Amino acid sequence: MFEPILRLAPFLAALPGLAAHAADHQVRQHDKRFEPPQLRAKVGDVVHFLNDDPFYHNIYSLSETQPFDLGSYPQGESRPLKLERPGVIEVECALHPRMRMTIVVEE
Amino acid sequence: MSPRILPAITLVASVAFAESGPPPWSERYDLPPPMPIPEGNEPTPARIELGRALFLFFDPRLSGPDWISCASCHNPALGWSDGLPVAFGTRPGEPPRATPTLFNVGYATVLMWDGRRRDLEHEALTSRNFEVADVVRRVAAIEGYAPLFEAAYPGEGITRQTIAKAIAAFERSIVSHDTPFDRWQRGEADAVSAAAKRGFALFRGKANCDACHHGYNFTDDGFHNIGLITPERFPQDPGRGKWVPIASQAGAFRTPTLREIGRTAPYMHNGIYATLEEVVEHYDRGGDVHPPRHPNIRPLGLTDREKADLLAFLHSLTTPDHEPFSLPNLPR
Repeated sequence: MFEPILRLAPFLAALPGLAAHAADHQVRQHDKRFEPPQLRAKVGDVVHFLNDDPFYHNIYSLSETQPFDLGSYPQGESRPLKLERPGVIEVECALHPRMRMTIVVEE
Repeated sequence: MSPRILPAITLVASVAFAESGPPPWSERYDLPPPMPIPEGNEPTPARIELGRALFLFFDPRLSGPDWISCASCHNPALGWSDGLPVAFGTRPGEPPRATPTLFNVGYATVLMWDGRRRDLEHEALTSRNFEVADVVRRVAAIEGYAPLFEAAYPGEGITRQTIAKAIAAFERSIVSHDTPFDRWQRGEADAVSAAAKRGFALFRGKANCDACHHGYNFTDDGFHNIGLITPERFPQDPGRGKWVPIASQAGAFRTPTLREIGRTAPYMHNGIYATLEEVVEHYDRGGDVHPPRHPNIRPLGLTDREKADLLAFLHSLTTPDHEPFSLPNLPR
């Protein structure tokens, strides 16, 4: 009866390791700027984009590394982005095109 | 040089060199932000005057299609626009759009209704007047231009780049900064009516206009779908969505300045509204097309008096007694 658990053991053992390496990062939108304006992170990390302005933002990227669209959301709301591939992600706000930041994703 | 241009030069010069680097956000209503000026095209009087001649002089003698100039659409007598719902110079296949005013265009960090251009020099180089290869030859053939170019851009000659730079320098001098609203902001308590003051409070409060139209130039330089109807005779216009193909940008257009708004009718990217009253009604009913639209566009429930106050405020953004625009003697 322990056989299935034994078969899963290597994967279960790997999970805590993964959790130890994956990190959470916060990128705040405040005064129509990204804070921080640059972020270095690893594949598997999660970036939480927190809107701290009294109006909507729409965070997105058309970068080849990882295009995404978090949609429009108001003050106080945060939406996550899991980093899936190594490379550079140019992040912008669709509603406020002067807002730009870069995420460098490493293996 | 017209009296209108002189203070503009002063203003531009004082703010352009105040600091280097990217301009800060302008959330203030009483102080202009630094105007972004590309290196090598600081707005000297010689450059502005050359640009003014070129801008107005891009008439049948020089223009590509032989019948259109910058001033054909950006007419100083019509609020640096054309008074038409959509520009008559629209090319076949282009979505019909209104001609944006040039007031305070020098502050803009994105250009065109869909933001496809980022600087005035580049825009001038790619506008319809530069479609013919021999525009430089045509300008150079007019002897009177050579000394003007030498004064404005010593040693650079008459090139597509110097023509574009001069036009851009001139465009940056078209500045609205002395409206009744500005005088009120600078401390003249009686510069605007009580209704206009109430209207400004509504603008920043219940009506929430400043969610997008904020700061000195009354724009966030952003792109929003505000739920406008597309007239049946027009094709659907993707707007910003053509360049940024995500949900919120379908049918989104650049937030225009509200400065000199009393002189720039008709309104909206497709010129659908002839009056500011119609514009206020549009926002009061929360737009017409649902969704996609900007989440801030929702019914406002404004009373008739509140609408009148908003209109009084909007009219305070227009300079009542503009200096007549004087035409230069063009080089021969």
